[in-house]
Amino acid sequence: MAIDTLAAKDMRIPSWKRLGSMREAGLIAIILALCIAMSFASPHFLTLGNFRAMLMSFSVEGIVVVGMTILLIVGGIDLAVGSVVCFAMVLSGFLFLAGLDPWTASLIGILASSLIGCVMGFFVTVVGLNHFITSLAGMVIVRGLCLIITKGTPLSLFTLPPSFKAIGQGSFHGVPYVIIIFVAVVVLFDFLLRRATALRKVFYTGSNEKAALYSGIKTKQVKFWVTVLCSTLAGFAGVIYMSRFGAATPTFGAGMELNIIAAAVIGGASLNGGSGTILGAILGIALLSVVTSSLVLLDISVYWQDMIKGCILLTAVSIDHFLHKRKAS
Amino acid sequence: MSPQPVLNIRNVTKHFGAVKALTNVNFSLEQGEIHAICGENGAGKSTLMNIIAGVLQPDEGEILVDGVPVKITSPSAAQLLGIGLVHQEIALCPDASVAENIFMASTSRRRSILMNYRKLEREAQTVMNKLAPIDVRQKVEDLSISSQQLVEIAKALTLDCRVLIFDEPTAALTEAETRILFKIIRDLKANGISIIYISHRMAEIFCLCDRVTVLRDGRYVSTEQVADVTADDVVRRMVGRDITQLYPPKQTAEETSDEIILAVRNLDDGSRFHDVHLELHRGEILGIGGLIGSGRTEIAEGICGLRATTDGHVLLNGKPQTIKSYAGAVKAGIVYLSEDRKGSGVFLDLSIAQNISVLNLKALTGRLGLVDAKAEAELARDFSARLGVRMGNIDMPVSSLSGGNQQKVAIAKQLAVQPKVILMDEPTRGIDVGAKSEIHQLLRELARSGIGIIVISSELPELLGLCDRVLVIREGTVAGELGRDDMTEEAIIRLASGLTQIQAGQTPHASEHAA
Repeated sequence: MAIDTLAAKDMRIPSWKRLGSMREAGLIAIILALCIAMSFASPHFLTLGNFRAMLMSFSVEGIVVVGMTILLIVGGIDLAVGSVVCFAMVLSGFLFLAGLDPWTASLIGILASSLIGCVMGFFVTVVGLNHFITSLAGMVIVRGLCLIITKGTPLSLFTLPPSFKAIGQGSFHGVPYVIIIFVAVVVLFDFLLRRATALRKVFYTGSNEKAALYSGIKTKQVKFWVTVLCSTLAGFAGVIYMSRFGAATPTFGAGMELNIIAAAVIGGASLNGGSGTILGAILGIALLSVVTSSLVLLDISVYWQDMIKGCILLTAVSIDHFLHKRKAS
Repeated sequence: MSPQPVLNIRNVTKHFGAVKALTNVNFSLEQGEIHAICGENGAGKSTLMNIIAGVLQPDEGEILVDGVPVKITSPSAAQLLGIGLVHQEIALCPDASVAENIFMASTSRRRSILMNYRKLEREAQTVMNKLAPIDVRQKVEDLSISSQQLVEIAKALTLDCRVLIFDEPTAALTEAETRILFKIIRDLKANGISIIYISHRMAEIFCLCDRVTVLRDGRYVSTEQVADVTADDVVRRMVGRDITQLYPPKQTAEETSDEIILAVRNLDDGSRFHDVHLELHRGEILGIGGLIGSGRTEIAEGICGLRATTDGHVLLNGKPQTIKSYAGAVKAGIVYLSEDRKGSGVFLDLSIAQNISVLNLKALTGRLGLVDAKAEAELARDFSARLGVRMGNIDMPVSSLSGGNQQKVAIAKQLAVQPKVILMDEPTRGIDVGAKSEIHQLLRELARSGIGIIVISSELPELLGLCDRVLVIREGTVAGELGRDDMTEEAIIRLASGLTQIQAGQTPHASEHAA
């Protein structure tokens, strides 16, 4: 009898993992379908150049998505990532122009981003504000800092040494370093998120903060460090952008946070915390990137692009909601 | 011809995917009767109630109200038909006042555009006063769980229902509040209102109800006059087998040990409890009774570092402990199982394996800070097998389990750290009879194996049936201790309420829960 019930239950409810992989498989299928359709619609789509451009375009954002996904899992959100990306870029650029070598300048830029994460983490865990409001304020304040540092004008960094520019512009046997760094970050965090004890605590905290607390997990600490991690990765991305563009613009990254959050959510991260995967989030940003590329190649006016992307987000989240509702009943 | 039943359910079937939650269920409710529905969790009670209350639609079968076939398409349609449901889970808006909550359901039927708050509060207070003196201007979040439950009931009373469904209304209530609720239900009945009453507590059913319908595995089993059956009969129909012994045998006199595992001296937190003394002997199950709000939970939290204490100390096997945080308590070997299973006991959307391992992460962590997945799976399989968790596999989310199995996972989680003492707050609340009995059996085995077990419970039959000794808490301190021989419901109630005597036959739990 026991075996009967086991089998019946197993059929009824797909396991958590199976559902997770289902979602990722679904995203891959959608991306492939879109790619196939586009290869017929535009001769320029299925070219190495275009794929490389697409990969490049979401690689750096992908690093930010990793941090955001982990933050969403713990039940937080960070609206300031776009500003922090810009801040790291602008601060490092400014320090370089002031005479520091670019590596030290970049390191300071990244550490300063971590510090911003610490301040936001302080307001969330010690003062007790929520992530949304804290990071909304953070977004505006940090953007203000960028404008103050640059006095509102872009910094031209064409004097950056080639060894530093290589990070953003060079390649290793034809594979851009940016993509290598991106893949390394993704693989590392995907692995850690599945296996590391410290990141397991992120799931516990996001799933049920009170139960986590009652299990002896220091939930405030977990939330604090995840906030710092998200800002640090954003800062890291900012430095890579600086190397890639050889410039630092004080308005760079405005609106990026929405793209990042959309990608994580399309990839299965829940805004209520407790679930999400790095692979899903990366597929989410890949999907958005393929869509953007397709819209450009199809010569669709830029004015339409945001609207279409918004609709895709809404559709993806609705499908997910529907699937979860079916599972729950 | 006898009058039409108020509500008549004929051959109702409901599927969820491939699973039949209800199969050809029949049920009829006469005017002015109190009709109990019994069944283990998963027997289909909630599904049936959700169909009656318009939350779910049946796949087959019909529903007749006053002999007329109806389709109840939504909860508001049910309300228009005069059917109200008091939810088992408290569904209130925590930020709103009690008055606003009470009139939330009827607000949607109001004609006027503006709210007259003064009138609303006055009317709400009138309804509330029937149940308990709760100030309706308070926010719901500031109330205790039992008061919130009373607000939930008051909300249903304002609906002018002809059929009122109570789904486990007493789960969070104290004895005194239960008595008041029963009086109200009887008043409703006297006014011709029909009541459907769902409960796991046999004593309540036999004290309150006229008829009892039993469901098992989504099928209709029987409907009988309560007067014609015994609690034993009903339990047997619910589980489909004999429960010869509802509680495991207690410690015998020879087994009693003088060895003290846990001693608490002068424990004080400066507000909710003071000067608490207790001793837990090897091999015994110590019960802690008392009214909800008497400080039982707070004392447990104080012992295991979840609440700061200002005075006193805790000794484990005679050694004084300095427990500053819950992590410290776990390290020392004291674990706590919260009363609020879904709120703070388990991680519903995480897997069974991840739930069981949470307290034990350190032991499962290798040198690189990684979780040893194999060891984790082994741990989870080991403990879920030992506790008899019925599940598909350990990677399934805990939300896929029934309440009883979720509770077993919560217990497995605590056992995984090999504790010396487990404090359990309401370990069987809202769990069906079969699983409850399994958990009791398990606790007895654990006690016998040398783990100290302290059970906090509001269910007197549980305290009496399971525990070897009971401490009763009143107003934050130990009001008295009852040993094997002087343990009676009356004695517990007397100590808990501070009354010198209680009128015989007045308590709803007066009769023991089957033999």
